[in-house]
Amino acid sequence: MEKKLKHIYEWVDSRVQLGDLVNFMSKKYVPVHSRSIWYYFGGVSLFFFIIQVVTGILLLFYYKGSSDLAYESIHFIMSKVQFGWLIRSIHSWSANLFILSVFIHMFSVYFEKSYRKPREMTWITGVIMFVLSLAFGFSGYLLPWNELSYFATKVGTDIVGAVPFVGETLKYFLRGGDDVTGATLSRFFGFHVALFPGIFTFLLIMHLLLVQRQGMSEPLEFKDKGKEGKKTMPFFPNFMLRDLLLWLVVLNILAILAVFFPAELGLKADPLASAPAGIQPEWYFLFMFQTLKFIPAHVLFIEGEVLGVLLFGLAGVLWLLVPVWDRKSARGQQNRLINYIGIFSVLFIIILTITGWVLK
Amino acid sequence: MDKIETNTVEKNGRRNFLKYFLSGGLAGFAAITIYPILSFLNPPKQTEVEVNSVVVGKVDDFKPGDSKIIRFGNKPVIIIRADDNKFRAFSATCTHLDCTVQYKKDEKIIWCACHNGKYDLYGKNVSGPPPKPLDKFNVAIKNDELIVSREA
Repeated sequence: MEKKLKHIYEWVDSRVQLGDLVNFMSKKYVPVHSRSIWYYFGGVSLFFFIIQVVTGILLLFYYKGSSDLAYESIHFIMSKVQFGWLIRSIHSWSANLFILSVFIHMFSVYFEKSYRKPREMTWITGVIMFVLSLAFGFSGYLLPWNELSYFATKVGTDIVGAVPFVGETLKYFLRGGDDVTGATLSRFFGFHVALFPGIFTFLLIMHLLLVQRQGMSEPLEFKDKGKEGKKTMPFFPNFMLRDLLLWLVVLNILAILAVFFPAELGLKADPLASAPAGIQPEWYFLFMFQTLKFIPAHVLFIEGEVLGVLLFGLAGVLWLLVPVWDRKSARGQQNRLINYIGIFSVLFIIILTITGWVLK
Repeated sequence: MDKIETNTVEKNGRRNFLKYFLSGGLAGFAAITIYPILSFLNPPKQTEVEVNSVVVGKVDDFKPGDSKIIRFGNKPVIIIRADDNKFRAFSATCTHLDCTVQYKKDEKIIWCACHNGKYDLYGKNVSGPPPKPLDKFNVAIKNDELIVSREA
């Protein structure tokens, strides 16, 4: 057996020079310091994405993307297909934990200022993937075509309509018409399973290639340390085995959550029914939703919603371009302003999310 | 010397135990991950609506030489009023490769266009590849209406 494996390895090696790859892997090091734990969240996010792809493809075998059949097909998956409840519940839980993990990954990179030169492109691809993750969540939420998702989509696309100039056109495009109908479902289905995965996969490959090419970012204080002062760990096998062990733990957590808190289906969407009381978006949209609620209907001459959308849009652009305007970190200097903005953002998100939760 | 040897034996025993314990655990983990996936891929049995008889229409809608394919549950059934004025009904699924057959008025045969299989008016396979005759259905006339039912 071992001989055979060696033979296969040699066969491939003589054609594509695997030795170079092994050499590269063995020379890759992960910095060890007091905040090394945050390095794992990129890998965990990747694992959640892989789970989403696998369970998503499985669900596609039974899901039907039309307003007449979507709800029924998911009911069928949950009640008739063997382990259908498990696959769908894992897809749903993994979606939520994916976004949580991406949040953590993004903020840890932000606070470490790992976006500074030469890693600007890694940061930018990452932020776009973060936005895409939210879009994945929003589009996937509609697919069961139940009451909650129907109204969430009505509200969500309506907010898009508040974007100045292009809002109405964008809203019409997203809905596939004036209203949320079966046409919207078909569109969201296309976004969710074809368009977004295509773009996301491309960005992910870029992101990972950049990380491989440039290596892990070292914290700022490593700059002043000599070679002896820097503690590191080989990527292969030390870091990778830890990574894999963590993936195993994550898979177990997912299984436990899916078994004890399976995904719900609720009532089928009915365009003639009124929105149920206490309706809310998914938790990761809650802070924006709550902020829009707090902004008065009119601020000076601007409509409240328009103002909210503009402010979030501006914040998003500044966030995306932080490697461009944070010149200090690029020079290897401490930049406290970045920390204050980061702490403010985290507190803002947490407090408004809790407020939204409580005021429900 | 003796002590060192027993130590190595003990160490190897422990190493082997860990090896089998961990690889066994990993294999078990892989199995319980893959088993639900494979089961999920296996489509559940759809309960067919059990149909015993279908009202086809008025007797007068059929002229001698006419034929019609109707849905009987999930399956097509062909009804033929041959020139002898008798009604006949057969499963319209060719016994060769599942195509749907048709009645050929001029030749007075049931014909499958896919591979030129032929059945006579009793459903018997008479030429071409079909291996078996077509399943027969009963045709009854009640109050001037045609009713097709399964053969008992």
